[in-house]
Amino acid sequence: MLKEIINALTAPYYLITAAAVLLLISLKYPHKFYTNRSAGIVFACMFAFLGISIIDPNFRLIVTKPDNVPIVGMLFLVPFFTWFSLREAVRNDQRIAEGKPLIEQEETAEKVLTWPDLVYTELICMVVLTVILIGWSMALQAPLEQPANPSSSPNPSKAPWYFLGLQEMLVYFDPWLAGVVFPGLIIVGLMAIPYIDTNPKGNGYFTLKERRWEITTFLFGFLILWILLVILGTFLRGPNWNFFGPYEFWDIHKLEALINVNLSEYIWVKGLGTGLPKNPLIREIFGFIIVLGYFLIIPPILAKKWFKGFYQTLGPIRFHVMTFLLLAMTALPIKMVLRWLFNLKYIIGIPEYFFNI
Amino acid sequence: MANFTDRLKEAFKALSPARVGEYIQESQVYRSIFRVGVPDSDRKRMLVMLGSVFLHLHPVKVRKSGIRMRYTWCMGGITFFLFLVLTFTGLLLMFYYRPTLEYAYVDIRDLREQVPLGIMREIHRWGAHAMVIAVWLHMYRVFMTGSYKPPREFNWNVGVILLVLTLLLSFTGYLLPWDQLAIWAITVGSNMARATPFAGNEGPGAALLKLGDIAFVNNQSDARFALLGGRFVGEAALLRFYVLHCVGLPLVAGFLMAIHFWRIRRDGGISGPL
Repeated sequence: MLKEIINALTAPYYLITAAAVLLLISLKYPHKFYTNRSAGIVFACMFAFLGISIIDPNFRLIVTKPDNVPIVGMLFLVPFFTWFSLREAVRNDQRIAEGKPLIEQEETAEKVLTWPDLVYTELICMVVLTVILIGWSMALQAPLEQPANPSSSPNPSKAPWYFLGLQEMLVYFDPWLAGVVFPGLIIVGLMAIPYIDTNPKGNGYFTLKERRWEITTFLFGFLILWILLVILGTFLRGPNWNFFGPYEFWDIHKLEALINVNLSEYIWVKGLGTGLPKNPLIREIFGFIIVLGYFLIIPPILAKKWFKGFYQTLGPIRFHVMTFLLLAMTALPIKMVLRWLFNLKYIIGIPEYFFNI
Repeated sequence: MANFTDRLKEAFKALSPARVGEYIQESQVYRSIFRVGVPDSDRKRMLVMLGSVFLHLHPVKVRKSGIRMRYTWCMGGITFFLFLVLTFTGLLLMFYYRPTLEYAYVDIRDLREQVPLGIMREIHRWGAHAMVIAVWLHMYRVFMTGSYKPPREFNWNVGVILLVLTLLLSFTGYLLPWDQLAIWAITVGSNMARATPFAGNEGPGAALLKLGDIAFVNNQSDARFALLGGRFVGEAALLRFYVLHCVGLPLVAGFLMAIHFWRIRRDGGISGPL
């Protein structure tokens, strides 16, 4: 019974929405969320969840798959470091408010000899890591499945785990976007960060208050749109890339009713009551208006209204690069929500030229 | 004769680890390798950092705040160390592995069944997974401390390329065991290249690139074909991925790492509040 509730609640639309809302609220009230006590509660719950759930055979099967073990590790490491960095940030923000020096500042002026202070820290790190690696390698064999057989594809066929966020994007976008354009934009966007972010504060120490906007954007992209999608793709996507709850059996015959509808059909057939026009450009005219409007009309409006301050400090070039990257990033959650609420398949759908958005 | 045994006994009695150590450290061989000797004074501690090609990656003195584990999490160092571990174990694996359809899978299986103490492949695989996570956490820390800000913008960019190289190294290595997991993961991954705009067979815009009836971009001339050296994941792909994995990508990564480390020092060392 409880298992069924958890299975239902981990469905992508609940999971992603809940995680995003939780992240934004926690960044709004960081001093309440990133404390030792809340970390204790969260990690105790996570360990308890893992410890109890491991009894379930379906859960155990997926979690203990050798290649999934690092991702279980990541499931703990990423929240830990998120909490740790934000707790440092909260402490520093408090010090700034009280006019006291930062945690890092207390020792900035002091210089120590690299040997032994740094060299020995590194040595200890290396020894510990070597021990962990050897122990891990002796405990767990590297996976080796049946010899490659090009004529029988396993179901599900999954990319290596670190690309599962991209594979998860395939649910919402076509391969040319999810597999080529978005990864490219992620790389370009990461490289653009230091040139877009002109805020001189927060250089060399943890802080949230002085960089709230940058950190919120980055954490949303990293934690929700990357890490969470990797975890979703690894543990909760089964045969035919269907969703399976953590305790659900990966049934190859599970059918999900998918009646996704294009925007053109919504407008021409359901809205206007006429048939679809023959010419794809006329058929998709509304989609083009929406997509072009999204990328061309929203930035000037933002520059005039809500992002006025950004426009003034960044200047036109930086501002437009930033808004383009930002809009490209938010395109994913927007498409997700449209899919969940309206079963929307494509905003522009021209399969004749593989041009679907 | 009695005199000699007595002297021998005395010599043995005087023999202590400290004495042996001293003797070794004063020997010509030792002095020729480690010029400075034991770094037991501040002067020697500085000289040792300057004299060693490995240690001179670091400056002689560092800001105390910059080397705190609570600040750096040691993630950059862990990433580099894992790269070294992977280079070493990868080299050992190359002794046993032949990248052909005939042998690839069998060689990997034999690593487990025939090679004594055969955990090299395990260390290599788990180390590779750990390296991907370590790179992510390192970048996360660098972002959260604002360490990409001036004057370190360029080094952040080098780091982003190193992130891509780490993922590509892991991706190319994924194919080499030549089992079902490998070829289908690479098939799923490389199918994306087919959808590259203009350069992929099934990408938007590719249909426009044709002269009369002759399409320039077809399944034998698109981005995916270039990646795999064929229309499907076969022997050519295995060889390409092997060469990239063992030679091409590590060389580029090593080159960029040198720049990355050099720039840390040039840009003012580990970041810290001004």
